[in-house]
Amino acid sequence: MKSTAVKEYTYKDFTSDQEVRWCPGCDDYVILRAMQKALPEMGVKKEDVVFISGIGCSSRFPYYMDTYGMHGIHGRAPAIATGVKLANPNLSVWVITGDGDSLAIGGNHFIHVLRRNIDLNIILFNNEIYGLTKGQFSPTSLVGQKTKSSPYGNTQPPFSVGELAIGAQARFFGRIGGNTPKEMTQIFIESEKFKGTSLIEILQNCPIYNDGCFTQYTGKAVREDMQLFVEHGKPMIFGKERDKGIVLNGLKLEVVTIGKNGITQEDLLVHNAKEQDPTLHQMLLRIKNPIVTGIIRSFDDLTLEERDKEQIAEEKSNSNFTKIDDLLFSGDIYEVE
Amino acid sequence: MITAKINHKPKVEVLEAVIIRFVGDSGDGMQLTGTQFSDTSAMFGNDIATFPNFPAEIRAPQGSLYGVSGFQVHIGNVEITTPGDNVDLLVAMNPAGLKTNLHAVKPGHTIIVDTDAFTKKNLKKAEYESNPLDDGSLENYRVIEVSMTSLTKEALKDVVGLDNKSIIRSKNMFALGMVYWMYDRSTDHTIKFFKKKFKSNPLIIEANTKVLNTGYYFAETMELIPNAYSISPAKMAPGTYRIIMGNTAIAWGFLAAAEKSGFELFVASYPITPASDIFNELVKHKHFGVKTLQAEDEIAAVTSAIGASFAGNLAITMTSGPGLALKGEAIGLAMIIEMPLVVVNVQRGGPSTGLPTKTEQSDLLQSLYGRNGESPVIIIAASTPANCFDFAFEAAKLTIEHMTPVILLSDGYIANGSTPWKIKSVADMPEISNNIINNAKENWHPYDRNENTLARNWAIPGTPGLEHRVGGLEKDRVSGNVSYIPENHEYMTKIRAEKIKRVQNNIPELVTEFADTGDLLVIGWGGTYGSLYTSVKQLQEEGYSNIGLAHFNYINPLPKNTEDVLKRFKKIIVCELNTGQFAKVLNINFNGFEFLQHNKIQGLPFGNNELIQKFKQLVK
Repeated sequence: MKSTAVKEYTYKDFTSDQEVRWCPGCDDYVILRAMQKALPEMGVKKEDVVFISGIGCSSRFPYYMDTYGMHGIHGRAPAIATGVKLANPNLSVWVITGDGDSLAIGGNHFIHVLRRNIDLNIILFNNEIYGLTKGQFSPTSLVGQKTKSSPYGNTQPPFSVGELAIGAQARFFGRIGGNTPKEMTQIFIESEKFKGTSLIEILQNCPIYNDGCFTQYTGKAVREDMQLFVEHGKPMIFGKERDKGIVLNGLKLEVVTIGKNGITQEDLLVHNAKEQDPTLHQMLLRIKNPIVTGIIRSFDDLTLEERDKEQIAEEKSNSNFTKIDDLLFSGDIYEVE
Repeated sequence: MITAKINHKPKVEVLEAVIIRFVGDSGDGMQLTGTQFSDTSAMFGNDIATFPNFPAEIRAPQGSLYGVSGFQVHIGNVEITTPGDNVDLLVAMNPAGLKTNLHAVKPGHTIIVDTDAFTKKNLKKAEYESNPLDDGSLENYRVIEVSMTSLTKEALKDVVGLDNKSIIRSKNMFALGMVYWMYDRSTDHTIKFFKKKFKSNPLIIEANTKVLNTGYYFAETMELIPNAYSISPAKMAPGTYRIIMGNTAIAWGFLAAAEKSGFELFVASYPITPASDIFNELVKHKHFGVKTLQAEDEIAAVTSAIGASFAGNLAITMTSGPGLALKGEAIGLAMIIEMPLVVVNVQRGGPSTGLPTKTEQSDLLQSLYGRNGESPVIIIAASTPANCFDFAFEAAKLTIEHMTPVILLSDGYIANGSTPWKIKSVADMPEISNNIINNAKENWHPYDRNENTLARNWAIPGTPGLEHRVGGLEKDRVSGNVSYIPENHEYMTKIRAEKIKRVQNNIPELVTEFADTGDLLVIGWGGTYGSLYTSVKQLQEEGYSNIGLAHFNYINPLPKNTEDVLKRFKKIIVCELNTGQFAKVLNINFNGFEFLQHNKIQGLPFGNNELIQKFKQLVK
């Protein structure tokens, strides 16, 4: 019998011999190590792991992973990864991308890969800036943000990654700060378990061109008060004192304090990531104080490769053709003597 | 003015070949009518070539000049290599069809018209000031006036449950019935076709069969028809044949290559005219395990194919000119990571959107040079609808064996044209070797190369111990890791070019036909083969034994013996459906030759007469 046991790996097994060339202090180092630590926990064989990236700082990521990998072209990683996964559905395929790569030049592939629900994991490093081209505003930069290409302030309103993704039919969406490696590692593991396209937005600080862009949410001193980390099946509680929560008031989400105005934990919303209807997931993505992190949406659905596989099996059983010659010599053929 | 007498008495005349063109509104079913006539003739044993010519609009306004759809077929008991220039019979279903095609009818020859369509309104739409059927403007032709619409309605008056639209739509079958009688063809094949095509709708089968037969008997009974013709079967090599269109042949060539090579086939495409039918054909064959992706755009089509290739499939994408432009950057990626990839470009009139449904050969330089950086790839071109099968197979073979992208050029003319194909079994196709490495060994590197072909070895994800990274940044010559070392970049640029050059050792030499040496060498490439062959052959028959034909299927690299062939002729003329792109390529590659040019940029194939005139001028 063929052995399918996966050997015990450590993060070192996934570390390539290439020198990492990100700027000192960049969250990308945190993400890289979180990934190298998550992979041994996933039960996948090293040779079955493939990292595909586009262009940008984040897209150098595959070079640092000792797995199969391809550093592609700008914006196209989701499409390349689609081909990889359809060609060999046994592979664990990861897309590494940034806000410019996935939402500007690759916007079209980004929405379509989510719509199709192929079993891929997409890690989107959102730093609200173009880093590798040295500091131009990106599709997630804020209005008014001063950058190399917006010296008087950015006039283009930004995308909200999660809202865009869920609008494009994303079944799995998670968001996590770039400085919380433990939670990040866990989300990577969950995304691999999920059958379908998983999108994880990482709020990644760029210390050079957009330093502090998420500090109001991710800063050590504030993050417990400014982040609601949601978990499926658990009430939406946050805050240093674990005394704040979220309730639904009409068509709005409202922050409440447990113990004030007669509010108890029973009154809080319980997170249901598996709900097909994305309404509440979208509402969670719209609140700003706190922002919501964790796995916001995780709705199980058929994947594209499952649908395709089923169709191929059905066509095979319906067809009398087994070899290409059967086709070539079928239908209106005639003999010349 | 022609004064030849027109004989109105029926007689049977034996012909060598005949050219027929069916024209009407784009909704009149002219493509179906033409296809049925050509299939029936092929099954009878004639050699055939067809040329559909239709507007880009799906249902252009009825009766308009630009909405005319046509289908030309050339059948014969002799070798037929083109659909022909001027026609012996024009079947015009409306005034616009007559107006736009009259110039193509040989003087003294036959025109069949549906008189019911020659209404005031339709004449106006066709910009006729007077009715050409009455004003004497057609006196140099044999005009057969038939009220086809009324006769069709009459034939179907007893068929209960048929709506008026379906009745009128079947009038093309009346015309086909008439033509079947005139050329001594059986209606059996077409009736069989109705039964299969409309098997869920017996009423439509009944109606079409009835109208087809009515047309047939009408022609037999009416003395209007001047002649019945007989064309005996052609002498063709024994074997099993079918009629095949170029696009279908390309699709099947890839199926054959996948089976032969043992690779799974992955096909990704974005709809574009006239390439779409290759994809439309391949998606029918999921039962062979073909994986298909209709992508969100041209770039996703090519990049998903690159991903599939990286994961070990035989990956194909197909497009037409504008799509090739969009795929350019990704082809460069496949080239630098040295992965197999086939890109089919079915050329159409350009630039920009150009003439989507018309033929042209103007993407040659785009294929050669349309990428950033030094980015040579293999380029081959099919030259007949039938050999599209062979060149699709060849494209797959070359890309797998040489680990570099292949661009396969076709064009609208051979893509939609059809000819008889002596079917090849997959067993008769050449073997395809590969560069896959299955086992980790010490000192293995992703960029280790085959010392003959320089193809790098191919380690596919899922293979333990061979984990490695590739990418669009310049690669170290051995490890494939990123390298900015100046000498390495120059080395890699040169070795990637040298790898393409060495493909010469794996492709056939250039052959010359009709003459090995002489006064004039006619050069062509790709889809113009039939036109050039017919013209040089005709000149040969007229006694010009000093004209040779060298037709190129391999563009990059060029065949090894190209210069030797060029040297054997006093004059060289390069004939292309562009302003001289291949002539430029030859000029760059071979010094000391004068490459004369014959070019046409009308969205149409070469005509026999224009070529013959040109060649005669050069050898007199």
